[in-house]
Amino acid sequence: MTGDAHAIALQEHSPVAGVAHDERGGISNPVLGMILFITSEVMFFAGLFAAYFNVRANAPAWPPIPPTVTEELAEHFHHLKAEPWLALALTVILVLSSFTCQFAIWAIRQNDRTGFIRNIAVTVILGIVFLIGQGYDYTQLGFGLADGVFGTTFYTLTGFHGAHVFGGVIMLSVLLYRGMAGQFSARHHDAVEATSIYWHFVDVVWIALFSTLYIL
Amino acid sequence: MATTTLTPAASAYRSGLYEWLTTTDHKKIGILYIVNSFIFFFLAGVLALGVRAELAVPGLQLLTDEHLYNQLFTMHGTAMLFLFIIPMLAGFANYIVPLQIGAPDMAFPRINALSFWLLPLGGILMFSGFLTGGTAAAGWTGYPPLSEDRPGGLASSGPGMDLWLTGLILIGTASILGAVNFLVTIFKMRAPGMTLFRMPILVWTALVTAVLVLMATPVFTSALIMLFIDRNYGGHFFDPATGGNAILWQNVFWFYSHPAVYVMVLPAMGMVSEILPVFSRKPLFGYKAFIFATAGIGALGFSVWAHHMFTTGSVYLPFFSLMTFLIAVPTGVKMFNWIFTMWRGKLTLSTPLLFALGFLSMFLIGGINGAFSAAVPVDFALHDTYWVVAHLHYVLFGGSVFGVFAGVYYWFPKMTGRMLNETLGKVQFVLMFIGFNLTFFPMHVLGLQGMPRRIADYATTAGWNELNLAATIGGFLIAASTIPFLWNVFVSLRSGPIAGDDPWEGNTLEWATTSPPPPYNFDRLPEIRSERPLFDLRHGLTHPAAVLPVPTDPSVTSPPVVVVDEPVARPARARRTRKEP
Repeated sequence: MTGDAHAIALQEHSPVAGVAHDERGGISNPVLGMILFITSEVMFFAGLFAAYFNVRANAPAWPPIPPTVTEELAEHFHHLKAEPWLALALTVILVLSSFTCQFAIWAIRQNDRTGFIRNIAVTVILGIVFLIGQGYDYTQLGFGLADGVFGTTFYTLTGFHGAHVFGGVIMLSVLLYRGMAGQFSARHHDAVEATSIYWHFVDVVWIALFSTLYIL
Repeated sequence: MATTTLTPAASAYRSGLYEWLTTTDHKKIGILYIVNSFIFFFLAGVLALGVRAELAVPGLQLLTDEHLYNQLFTMHGTAMLFLFIIPMLAGFANYIVPLQIGAPDMAFPRINALSFWLLPLGGILMFSGFLTGGTAAAGWTGYPPLSEDRPGGLASSGPGMDLWLTGLILIGTASILGAVNFLVTIFKMRAPGMTLFRMPILVWTALVTAVLVLMATPVFTSALIMLFIDRNYGGHFFDPATGGNAILWQNVFWFYSHPAVYVMVLPAMGMVSEILPVFSRKPLFGYKAFIFATAGIGALGFSVWAHHMFTTGSVYLPFFSLMTFLIAVPTGVKMFNWIFTMWRGKLTLSTPLLFALGFLSMFLIGGINGAFSAAVPVDFALHDTYWVVAHLHYVLFGGSVFGVFAGVYYWFPKMTGRMLNETLGKVQFVLMFIGFNLTFFPMHVLGLQGMPRRIADYATTAGWNELNLAATIGGFLIAASTIPFLWNVFVSLRSGPIAGDDPWEGNTLEWATTSPPPPYNFDRLPEIRSERPLFDLRHGLTHPAAVLPVPTDPSVTSPPVVVVDEPVARPARARRTRKEP
């Protein structure tokens, strides 16, 4: 039997022509949609990173000390780079949460719902810990968004990343709720796959941010 | 033999308005896109008439406030680009693409509805600036420091600019979601037999457009957000005094807005490529070459953004000039394909073909006058003059708008089931063609004579009087040409001749279903063995698909409808029934 004939057979049996295509396997629509959406998110962060590197390249020294910034603030800028321990701890937390998220995927692929729920719950908690830690970090920094171009780029980049973590925590919480309601199985968990891709993406962005803002 | 039992659907009567407001049907959403875009087209057109009326003669007559003039051209440009041409083409793609690939709907119907409804919301936000003391007035490009909120005469201090930013972020989000939807639909929802290289050209252009939107629009969103932070939270992105960089805006803005010009024209090229073969009774010349040219334009489109910034002195001129010239190569391939599609064809000069020919000739002029600006030394002389205004209108109006009207006349029978009047269509074409050239051709000369863009007034002695008056007359002629169009649509919707399934003898799958198509698009699909499945069918190269027993209207018959699919006579063709789960 040729592929074409098979295709025709499929189409004849579907009153809604074309739907049958999905049955021929390959990546599922929601997962492909999420990957494409993340592509656009990559470009969004690329725009923000481009802005960061552009102003940094134009600055005589980094962090720059414009006339509007007091010496005390300048101290804070350097303090940020000198002692990135809190940020390092946050990095470890977020990377850890990426692992637990992946464990959840592997569990549900094996139809292990208990393992799935446990791992997702840990991931949600780690995400919330990250957000609280970042909020605490903001209160300790001593400079604000309006304090020179360093403050502007720092808070814009980390703030938008934090917003994405927040969105991810909500998505994971929905997964947790749906998982506890018994909605996922080894065959039926596109939402889990898509969310985990998003969560890994958020993690990767943070690693890039941490390297750029605290180390580079 | 398989037996399927269809339980009757609950009878769900909904009022027409409710149905339209809550629909997730790609065809209805497509029509919503198109109607919404036309509303903003007329709104932005009125703003353009204000601009032209002011420039008709030297002096400030109509608008006593130059700031109001700035608002007019800013909102004209923004609305035409982001609320008319991009959504209009997205609307056509929304309607046509699932039909042409034989799909029942888009991949994510509810996201599709969301993409649409963000548009009127964004548009209303932007235009509400007129009620809050002035809209954005920094031009559609919104360059800082003009768009910054800083003390001084040249800044935008009111809420209008913030509304503009917010509206554009929403519209950009709509575009991105739409692009994801198109890509998943095209990659995953094609009918059996519809391989990538059998897809109609319009689907290909929608695919490349979606990639451009997906990769470029988020960068624009980031730029808009940075400007919003600068204006409202004391950020310093674009303020050189505190370490920012005003050129940064131009880079991120054009990184989106140059690919965006291909977003604004590629689907129109696709529509013209559907129309020319049908009205020439020939296949499209060089189908694959056309696809590769489209992909080439998309790829090159990402490497030419800085040709808008030659005079800033901060971009590498030879590279961006070279890449810009290279864009002419795939565009030339397309021009060649279109001309040779018509060459020795049996041309029927119906309105769709007339508008398609208008597209070809006007877009050619727009391509040639664009190549002048690609040459760095010439661009230094032409930058920010009326030459640029002439160029962009030749590609966007002469190109995209003529393409859109070609598409309207071509697909109106499919969308409504009724034909548009040919005579009124030709009257519209002639008026619009003359009006368009009368408006924009003189602008070349004005630009060469040194008239800058975005000025509300000019000296009587500058020597620009006659040409400006001619351009204004042309502008009102364009406005007049929309009257026969609106009348035509109004009359044809009520009493136009019934179109039938396939009034043009089309090649692509949308003509295989009824006009307008049923909610699920197809009762049956013909075999797809080339990029012209209906041509193959008409000429006996393929077999028509088996007729499925159509379930009767479930609201009429109350008992469960039992559909038994009989073995259908299909000579010399193996069949396999779907596995029962």
